[in-house]
Amino acid sequence: MSTLVIAEHDNSELKPATLHAVTAAAQVGDVDVLVAGENCSGPTEAAARITGIRKVLRVDDPLYANGLAENLAPLVVSLAQDYSHIMAAATTGGKNVLPRVAALLDVAQISEITSIVSNDTFVRPVYAGNAMATVKSGDAIKVITVRTTGFDAAADDGGAAVIEDVAAGVDSGLSSFIGAELTRSERPELTSARIVISGGRGMQSGENFALLEDIADKLGAAVGASRAAVDAGFVPNDYQVGQTGKVVAPDLYVAVGISGAIQHLAGMKDSKVIVAINKDEEAPIFQVADYGLVADLFDAVPELSKELDG
Amino acid sequence: MKVLVAVKRVIDYNVKIRVKADQSGVETQNVKMSMNPFDEIAVEEGIRLKESGTADELIAVSVGPAQSQETIRTALAMGADRGILVETDVDVEPLGVAKCLHAIAEREKPDVIIVGKQAIDDDSSQTGQMLSALLGWSQGTFASKLSFSDDILNVTREVDGGLETIALKLPAVITTDLRLNEPRYASLPNIMKAKKKTIDRTTPADLGVDVTPRLTVISVVEPPKRKSGEIVENVSQLVDKLRNEAKVIQ
Repeated sequence: MSTLVIAEHDNSELKPATLHAVTAAAQVGDVDVLVAGENCSGPTEAAARITGIRKVLRVDDPLYANGLAENLAPLVVSLAQDYSHIMAAATTGGKNVLPRVAALLDVAQISEITSIVSNDTFVRPVYAGNAMATVKSGDAIKVITVRTTGFDAAADDGGAAVIEDVAAGVDSGLSSFIGAELTRSERPELTSARIVISGGRGMQSGENFALLEDIADKLGAAVGASRAAVDAGFVPNDYQVGQTGKVVAPDLYVAVGISGAIQHLAGMKDSKVIVAINKDEEAPIFQVADYGLVADLFDAVPELSKELDG
Repeated sequence: MKVLVAVKRVIDYNVKIRVKADQSGVETQNVKMSMNPFDEIAVEEGIRLKESGTADELIAVSVGPAQSQETIRTALAMGADRGILVETDVDVEPLGVAKCLHAIAEREKPDVIIVGKQAIDDDSSQTGQMLSALLGWSQGTFASKLSFSDDILNVTREVDGGLETIALKLPAVITTDLRLNEPRYASLPNIMKAKKKTIDRTTPADLGVDVTPRLTVISVVEPPKRKSGEIVENVSQLVDKLRNEAKVIQ
């Protein structure tokens, strides 16, 4: 058994999500990592240092600079015959390209697995995590996206895998990259942060998120939000935690002014410790919280900030 | 321009699902069913393309049991022109749905196909990408904005780091994210009018598509429950617990 893991990167850095996919892949056998990008020696070398990698396949070509699925999927398909499994982290990048790979291979995709029972049997959440399905694949090649919260990160040093250059394919001519508006932040990434503090509709405005940012900076935390807060325009889409946003499982998750809709719980209920601050004691968020504080967030959050200084 | 949208009949998003005692799946008997919310966004986008004069026909397709007709009827009441039901009692996987839609697309020759980015039952998030691959078309997944100019479609996508914009050559497959639009409710006169609109029926076999599942469901169980927590009195007690009991902050 051997797995090809599609690396997630921005041409300069390897994204931590890849390390979780590698851990999943290592459970079924040998692991090779594909780094397809442009001037992507940074992520290639980072991938080679991951513990337990057999080799890194590098495809350095402008065709792959922005991860366009129409170009990347045929490349993965051209390499697929050497592998029993193809995996990627269930990021927007992985979710964009892997179903295209699966369809070209005429196989099912198994989405967002959280554990591996055997080489062909996997566990995945369905219905926003309100049920866990164990499914067995009869396909020759298993195409899988990996939910990063289900697997620990592989060690990102200690390895010395060989790097093999692979020739680029041809341009599909179907799509091109125009530009990106990425959120710049000095804080840790939401999906890999040890502590996350999220705000909901109760925050009342985008400006009020400064209260949470203050706490986040004191704790080294990332800032997230519920769908309600994103829909209301308080914060950008990439803050969203939930069934259709990001799935996080930090050591500590602090939900502020979040009622706790099923769709939000789906994105954070595997956190180790959950704190809820809400003035409505009936809010469903309290049912999953380890520590609940029934209080007006506009009193409690500034007070929390002071306590953390003390 | 012709636009095709795919709509799935799923358990209503407000229903708290129940896992069957024999672990074979989730209880769907006597449970309220509705259109997948992301597919409502797809239908709405199709209607807006018609209203802006970009599109001249909107077709709603569903793959599923006979009752999926009601889901198509909802799309017609919102503003789709006609429907196609690919009827089957098989619990069709995304690959099978993509193959059925591929066959319909070959027949109808739409310029754009819009589908929800995921269905809220199996949370797969695959059908649009698979359909695009089978057709050999471009794909714009997790779309929050579409803008057409000639035969190019610019799509703004919600990605992990923020937003990105790509240009797609038409024809294209689009999958909708939450903030593409806010779907309308069907008005009573439109619900009445929708009853007169046609729904063609076909089957996967008629389309020459094998929808036999590739995955076998071994079991479906409830996730482990979190143990119930405690209500703290005040902020200083909270901080004390986090520092000294849970030991998650310094």
